[in-house]
Amino acid sequence: MAKFKKKVKTGESIPTSALPDIIFMLLFFFMVTTVLREQDILVDQKIPQATQLQKLQKKTLISYIYIGKPKNTGLYGSEPRVQANDVLIGSPEIVQWVNQERDKLPEADRGFITISMKVDKEVKMGPISDVQTELRNADARRVLYASTGKVN
Amino acid sequence: MARSNSRGSQEVNAGSMADIAFLLLIFFLVTTTIASDKGILNILPPKQDPNVPPPDIKKNERNIFNVLINANNDLLVEGDYRRSAEGLDQDFKAFIMNFGAPDEEAAALYNSLPASLQAQAQRKADSSDDPGEAVISIKTNRGTSYEVFLEVFDLAKKAYFDIYAERVGLASGEYRTLKGDNEATRAILGKSKEGIPMAISIAEPDKIGGN
Repeated sequence: MAKFKKKVKTGESIPTSALPDIIFMLLFFFMVTTVLREQDILVDQKIPQATQLQKLQKKTLISYIYIGKPKNTGLYGSEPRVQANDVLIGSPEIVQWVNQERDKLPEADRGFITISMKVDKEVKMGPISDVQTELRNADARRVLYASTGKVN
Repeated sequence: MARSNSRGSQEVNAGSMADIAFLLLIFFLVTTTIASDKGILNILPPKQDPNVPPPDIKKNERNIFNVLINANNDLLVEGDYRRSAEGLDQDFKAFIMNFGAPDEEAAALYNSLPASLQAQAQRKADSSDDPGEAVISIKTNRGTSYEVFLEVFDLAKKAYFDIYAERVGLASGEYRTLKGDNEATRAILGKSKEGIPMAISIAEPDKIGGN
């Protein structure tokens, strides 16, 4: 036992003086990459998986639309709803919303507005088709079905 | 505390710096959502003018690869029942790369393809005439789940991307990252798609099983 105690006492300590620097580095990384959520998502969002994902060149052209079962079913019912910005909207208001989003873009880019549809897995094709009909009415025909990568 | 006093050092105590940084780090870790803008791009057809009747397109049935997905998420692929979408990309690929009745243009296209794609090309008379004519049609019910639809759509895209990538000698994943933002990549994209348009038609869902 005495032998062991002697060995333990040999003063070896890992230098931790660089630790704050490392942590700060991590901190800055997350500060830079973080996007604080601008809006609350009011509908369920379990994004489906796919393999053939593409990224768009210009992020500014993307507007997001969320479709899913409302989280607050007591208030909004359990049928899938469409959320644009931070409110739930009905189908007829989509055209107006698209036009608002398009007006935010510079004039040259207005034809390339892309709607990213973040649709919950549980949603049926019916509501999606209705939304797409409205998008066609609004002449915003570039649609991105948001999905996450599938691990094979 | 007592120890630092006894040393009599003038330095600011920086030992808790790491703790403070950790605290901030954890805050940002929790609040961060790394924005994901990935997805499957689709171009919707233009709005139909109610005064103009839809154009009557005459297309041979053999040039259309029909995939129906019903409200129970069962598939009907060219008249055959399937339980899942597995392996559908190979069928799509075989259908697109079929030269059943090639005209001059299609024959020229065939000759321009790399050997690996030529080897995959078949000459079934009851499948598509040539890649330029082939159309994949996906039809759903209103009650079809979005997940299954996206799976099939994904596979159809995969079939095309595989063909395009193979044509220009890239891996499929590499090909998809091309954005066409400069002259060189635009040329590659143009070359890969020439004569083989990505024709995936998504029919309006019918009323069964939905609301």
